[in-house]
Parts: sequence; structure tokens; C-alpha cells
Amino acid sequence: MSEQRTIRLIVTRQDDPDSRPYQEEFRIPYRQNMNVISAFMEIQRNPVNAAGEKVRPIQWESNCLEEVCGACSMVINGRPRQACSALIDKLEQPIRISPMNTFPVIRDLIVDRGRMFDALKRVKAWIPIDGSHDLGPGPRQSQEESDWRYELSKCMTCGVCLQACPNVNNSSDFMGPFIVGQVNLFNAHPTGALNKDERTSALIGEGGLQECGNSQNCVQACPKGIPLTTSIAIMNRESTRFVLKKWLSF
Amino acid sequence: MNEKCIIVGGGLAGLMATIKAAELGANIELFSIVPVKRSHSVCAQGGINGAVNTKGEGDSPWEHFDDTIYGGDFLANQPPVKAMCEAAPGIIYLMDRMGVPFTRTPEGLIDFRRFGGTKHHRTAFAGATTGQQLLYALDEQVRRYETEGKVTKYEHWEFLGIIQDDEGRCRGIVAQNLRGGEIRSFLADAVILATGGPGIIFGKTTNSMINTGTAASAVYQQGVTYANGEFIQVHPTAIPGDDKLRLMSESARGEGGRIWTYKDGKPWYFLEEMYPEYGNLVPRDIATRAIFKVCVDDKLGINGENMVYLDLSHKDPKELDRKLGGIIEIYEKFIGEDPHKVPMRIFPAVHYSMGGMWVDFNQMTNIPGLFAAGECEYQYHGANRLGANSLLSCIYGGMVTAPNALAYIRGLDKHVDSFAPDFGESQRKDREDQYEQLLNMEGTENAYLIHKELGEWMTDNVTVVRHNDRLLKTDEKIQELIERYQKIDMIDTSRWSNQAVPFTRQLWNMLQLARVITLGAYNRNESRGAHYKPDFPDRNDEDWLKTTLASFTPDGPKFDYESVDVSLIKPRPRRYDVAKKGAANS
Ligand SMILES: Cc1cc2nc3c(=O)[nH]c(=O)nc-3n(C[C@H](O)[C@H](O)[C@H](O)COP(=O)(O)OP(=O)(O)OC[C@H]3O[C@@H](n4cnc5c(N)ncnc54)[C@H](O)[C@@H]3O)c2cc1C
Ligand code: FES
Repeated sequence: MSEQRTIRLIVTRQDDPDSRPYQEEFRIPYRQNMNVISAFMEIQRNPVNAAGEKVRPIQWESNCLEEVCGACSMVINGRPRQACSALIDKLEQPIRISPMNTFPVIRDLIVDRGRMFDALKRVKAWIPIDGSHDLGPGPRQSQEESDWRYELSKCMTCGVCLQACPNVNNSSDFMGPFIVGQVNLFNAHPTGALNKDERTSALIGEGGLQECGNSQNCVQACPKGIPLTTSIAIMNRESTRFVLKKWLSF
Repeated sequence: MNEKCIIVGGGLAGLMATIKAAELGANIELFSIVPVKRSHSVCAQGGINGAVNTKGEGDSPWEHFDDTIYGGDFLANQPPVKAMCEAAPGIIYLMDRMGVPFTRTPEGLIDFRRFGGTKHHRTAFAGATTGQQLLYALDEQVRRYETEGKVTKYEHWEFLGIIQDDEGRCRGIVAQNLRGGEIRSFLADAVILATGGPGIIFGKTTNSMINTGTAASAVYQQGVTYANGEFIQVHPTAIPGDDKLRLMSESARGEGGRIWTYKDGKPWYFLEEMYPEYGNLVPRDIATRAIFKVCVDDKLGINGENMVYLDLSHKDPKELDRKLGGIIEIYEKFIGEDPHKVPMRIFPAVHYSMGGMWVDFNQMTNIPGLFAAGECEYQYHGANRLGANSLLSCIYGGMVTAPNALAYIRGLDKHVDSFAPDFGESQRKDREDQYEQLLNMEGTENAYLIHKELGEWMTDNVTVVRHNDRLLKTDEKIQELIERYQKIDMIDTSRWSNQAVPFTRQLWNMLQLARVITLGAYNRNESRGAHYKPDFPDRNDEDWLKTTLASFTPDGPKFDYESVDVSLIKPRPRRYDVAKKGAANS
């Protein structure tokens, strides 16, 4: 082929949290095996838009480039997902890219996902060990228990499920589907179960489980295939039991 | 007393140090370019070593120690390595108690698999995303301390350099908020750097994007000695990609994966043939050189290209999903083929740095008050790291560094809170001026293109096979790039969330460290571990059983050498075609 193939990107940009978003188009020479990130890298090397104007390169977050750190979430052709695993060959062109605007936009495709880390604090998403000194092995666990926890523990705090969820929006303070999986993860551990009521109680507090409208978008959007809706069902049952228990102990 | 300690880096090493310091009562300020939960440690796939000996194979910490020293071609100082191997089973148990979903045996115990350079099942794992699971466990514990007010996180902040007092002691750091852009000083009597490896100097590697070695290089330029920089591990099995070379973990071979290519029309399992004793589980330097030879010298790669097969297709698919799901998913997602059914195509890629900041047995650099732990220091792996020993050395390093740092603070007779109020201001101001200069650079060069060129030169000339003439040419090239650096055009001049200026600043640091790596390799006229020169094919203990020590001067690195502590295991020839003769436990 003599003619150089190009990729068309239409990116929603924003200079800072207070300014208005705008769209900019880029044309990038095509190479085999490219993904959205390598297309962005090409813009860094030659920061020119489709109109031939010199522009500031696109700002985005990424680190691992193999879908395990959770940094590079954005909306690509209408779907929230990881940019590093978004292969150009599999995307319809022009490729439309915008930030996950359920979060505050910092600049271009960078958003502030701090609320997710705050939520992890609220639900006490950890195993309360006595200390890091040598106390021998942890409790024995069957492969099945461990497998289930491993599935939940793959959550990269990427935020895709919050972007996909209709109940995470300006008029609700829902912590997001991911947090349900996290509570489930720690409550399912033999040591974590010792204080599971604390977590469950936080999960049905403000912005908790009751905000879930059961749209099931989360489980389809999750890049790691975490069984979020199963987790939500489990935690719904656990919460009911917890409320009953509390009520009976009055 | 509540000591204050600064920790830079929230990978395994930094988070473990944070937990230990918090437990001992200190207040910690924790800095990281990315939210710590997104640190490079999440990439680790295969597992973590510890001689727990649950398979009745007679494994022991001593055997682990001997494998590590032998695998590292006797370049590591032995006492700290021994202490690490002894602590390893306890570390695996600790991670288990924190809730890491390790893969289990039918009896509910932690399962162990084989890795390269050993004959024992010594590697604990959580599927094939062990690093992610270990990091999350530590991240969770740190979050707990954060809610108790013991830890303050500065995420999206970049460390720029240390602050020193008149005596040269480290008394704090200068860092920049990568969003708002402000440059601030933070004071403390001890600083721990846990900033990870420098892989990105080689351009495309198995490493994460932020692994530029920028922090280590910054303090090298402030006087920290950098040790064994020339020892760069090239991993035998990665999938070539446009933006990154994605690793296919050694655990694939640990679980029975075989390497082959066609020879005379038939599959040729060349590692099994060349190294009958260890087969596909020879250490990485050995496997990498073999693949290189087969592809580059013998031109026997798949279709004549630089690729060979890594084959799992003969294994039980269910077991593959359970034990290697993470990497199988990566191959499927990025290549679009199913490793259950077809062999994967792989080639070696730069992976890990054995070298790093020089530290003493207490993990302190040659600058008092500045400590280092994790991949950014040089202490545990000698000339070649064994698979699954890095996660161990990172966690162990973090574990011992924090108490040492606090003990150091307690031993000081002057503390930084008693210094003049403007202490550190001039050093902060220097960094700010430097930032302004970068922001105003006007020229014709593009920083990202210079980086690309650097990476290509380093990968072509300073990796698997090294020739002195090409090493010298590479150093000349780096100096040319340093000159061209001055003519960079700053492509983004905004003051809010600017990524171009920090990258350009890191590029400078990469160029400096690249010289350390290249000239260190040039000087070392022998072959040892990952460092291989065809013109000097043998290990030469008489002249080169020495640690390389590089110190910064404006004219380039200056090299000194220090003898290696081999007080526990006497150096012996390293071979993997026959069984290792274990050193007796003295
Ligand atoms: C693909 C892959 C797979 C691997 N698999 C294994 C395995 O199975 N087993 C094994 O033992 N090892 C493995 N390794 C090696 C191992 O993962 C790393 O050596 C280890 O994770 C390094 O941890 P660390 O804590 O030293 O640094 P990192 O995890 O790299 O963390 C560095 C931290 O420092 C911060 N930082 C860096 N510079 C600055 C700065 N200037 N300012 C502020 N913060 C900064 C970063 O934000 C980050 O938080 C693997 C490596 C790769 C690339
Ligand atoms: S860069 Fe880590 S998930 Fe995409």
C-alpha cells in the first residue's frame, strides 16, 4: 500500500476543572498493534491536530499498560473502559474519547477519583491484623473461598463501574458498585469476618447499598469481570440479617 | 516520642516501610507520583519466594540463600541476602494474615510453585497477579493507618531532590504537586526512597510508564553512590507490542510451559536440550541468551523473525485458568489468540535492574539520613535476580529500613524542628527556578523523541550482548542527546496539571543514569550474570568480584570498586546444565 493509513481520534478536552470542554480531532499514522495509549504517545511526539495546528498534547493517566493498575479509564466510543487495552484495530473510527465525567475533570482525560479511596476508608476495607510481627500463617482456607475472594480482590479502583452506573450522579451520594464487592471481600475472610458488622453497617449508611437501583450496568462494564451483581445480592442478604440482628438486640 | 519520617514511593517497599514505621509510632508523610495503589508493583505476576517447604522437598532458607547467591553469580554481599531468605517464610505468612488470596492446596495451605534457578517449589502466588494482590494488602493496611492519622499521603506529587544540612545530612525533600504545580519543601530527619526501577531508560520494556529511575538519578546527582548499574535483567519471555513489551511470567514455565522453535521442520525444545538439568527453568540471563542466540545468530526464530514459542497448550485448561489466568488474559486481550490452544510468541525484554542506589547493611545510602529500599537499591540480587525474589526483597527491604531509619533519628543530637525557620528554602527555590527554566524552553527538539532515541540505543547496545566499541558509541550518543536536550521545545506551557515539564525533567535524569549503566558495562571486562561480553566470555573473580560504585561529576560518572562480602558461601563456577552442588551450610 502506498497511501499511509491514518487513525482518526476525536478527543473531548478541557483545560482545567472550571473551563468548558471542547473537541479536538487528531489524525495519526497507523501502525500495527496500536492501542489508544500509543496513539496518544504519537501526539506527544508530534503535537499537531487534524487542522495542522500545533496544540498541547493530550493529558491522560496511565501506568502499567496491561490493565492491572486501573489508571487509564476513559470513555471510548461511548463505553467506559481502560485505554491501554483498547486496541485500535478493534475500534470503529473516528474514535471518540472523553473523560469519565461522573468524576470531576482535572484536565483533558484526567479525572479525580479520590472519592473512591475515601469510600474504602469509610467501609474499613482491610483485615485488622494485630501487627506485622511474625505470628505464623493465617487461617486455613479452601480453594473455593480463596477463589471467590481473589475474583473480588482484582478491583483496580478504576472507576469504570461508577461511570457506568446510572445511580452515581450529582443527585446521589452512592459510593458506587465497587464498594459492595470490597465489603464482601473483607467480610468473606475468616479474620475479616470478625468485624464484618462494622463494614456492613457502613455499607448501609450514607451513600450505601440502598442507592443501588439494580441496573446491572456495573457487572457488564467491569474490565476485570468482577461478579459485582452477585456481590450486591450477597451483601443485600447480609445487610438484612445485620439489621434484624440489631433490631432484636434492642 | 513521635519521630517523623518521609517515605517516597508506595510500591511494595514503600508501603511496607510505612506500615513498620507507623507501628513503631512514627508519623509518616508518604509521597507518590501515582496513587500508591497504582504503583508498578501491581504488574508482578508470578509470585514471591520463601522456603516454607510444604512439599516435603527438603527446602530451607539456606538452600534459598544458596540459590540466590549462585543465581546472582556471587556478586551480592552475602549477609543481607541470608537474612532476607531467613525472613521469607514469615513474610509470606504475614501477607497471608493480611488477606492475600494466595492459591491454596487441597488441605487449605498456601500452594507453592517452581520458578527459575531452583529445583524447589518455593514460590507462593495469587493466580498470576501476585504483585497486585500483595500491593493491595499493604495498601489496605496503610489506609488503616491513614484513618488513624499516622500516615499522610501526598499522591500525584513528585519527589525532586533531597534537602541537606551543612554537614551533608539528609533533612527532608523538595516535591512538586503534579496538579497545582506548587513546589514545596518537607522536612524530616530521615527519608526513605522506595522509588522503584529505571526500566524506561530502555524505552519499551516490561515496566510501567513511571519507572524512569528519576528519583534515584536525582539523588545520584546530589552525591548518592549508584552501585552495579550495568546489571540490567532482560526477561526471556515478553510479547512484543507497540507501546510496551508485556511480560509473560516465568510462572508459565514454572507450571510446565515449554520454549521451542522449529529446526529442520520439527519442534526444537532448545532449553531442554542445552540445559538438561534445569530445562525451561534456567535463570533468566541464561534463557535470554539462548533465545537470542537461536533467533539472532542461528536465525531460527519463528518465520525467521525474532520470536520463539512459549507453549502451554498441552496443559489442563482449568488448571491454567486457576494458576495463570492473569497472564493468559493479557495474551488473549492484547494478541487475540488463546494460549490454551496455541503456543504464545515471545521475545526477551528489559525487565529489572539489579543495580541501584548503594546502601549499607542498614539500608542507608552514603548520605546520612537517606535510606533506600526496593528495586531502587542494589543489595539483594547480585549480577542476576532469580524470579520471585524481587517481591521478597522489596517487602523485606521495607521491613528492615523503617526501624533502621527511626533508630538513626533517635541517635541524632540535633533535630530538624530546631533548625532556622527558613531551612531548606534555598534548596526549594533552586528546584522552582529549574522548573521555570524548563517551562520556558524554546527550541526544535521534542523530549519524547529524544527519549525514544535513547531507548532504542540502550536496547540495541546495552542489553543481552555487549561489545566495548558499541558501548562507547552509545555513551557518545547519550552525550549528544544531552546536548540536544538543551534545545528542547516545551510543548505544553500551562501551569495546571502539566505532564510535559515533569517528563522533560525526568528525561534529564534518565540520560544521566543511562551513562552510569553504559559506562559501567564498558568498564567491566568479564561476563557475569546478566552482563555478557563475547570478548570476555568468562567470569573473572580475580579482577571483577567487585561491586561497581558510580559517583556523579559534571563531566560524567566516576567509577570505583568495592570488594564483595563472600564470607558465607565460597564462589564456585555457575552451571545449569548439571545439578547445582549445594554449598554446605557452614
Ligand atoms: C511485568 C513485571 C512482572 C514482575 N513479576 C515479578 C514476580 O512475579 N515476582 C517478583 O519477585 N518480582 C516481579 N517483578 C519485579 C517487581 O515487580 C518489582 O521489582 C517491584 O514491584 C518493585 O517494587 P518497588 O516497591 O521497589 O517499586 P514500585 O512498585 O515500582 O514503586 C515505586 C513507587 O515510587 C513512586 N515514585 C517513583 N519515583 C517517584 C518520584 N520521583 N516522586 C514520588 N514518587 C515516586 C511511584 O509512584 C511508586 O509508588 C516484576 C516486574 C515486572 C515489570
Ligand atoms: S495503564 Fe494500567 S490499567 Fe491501563
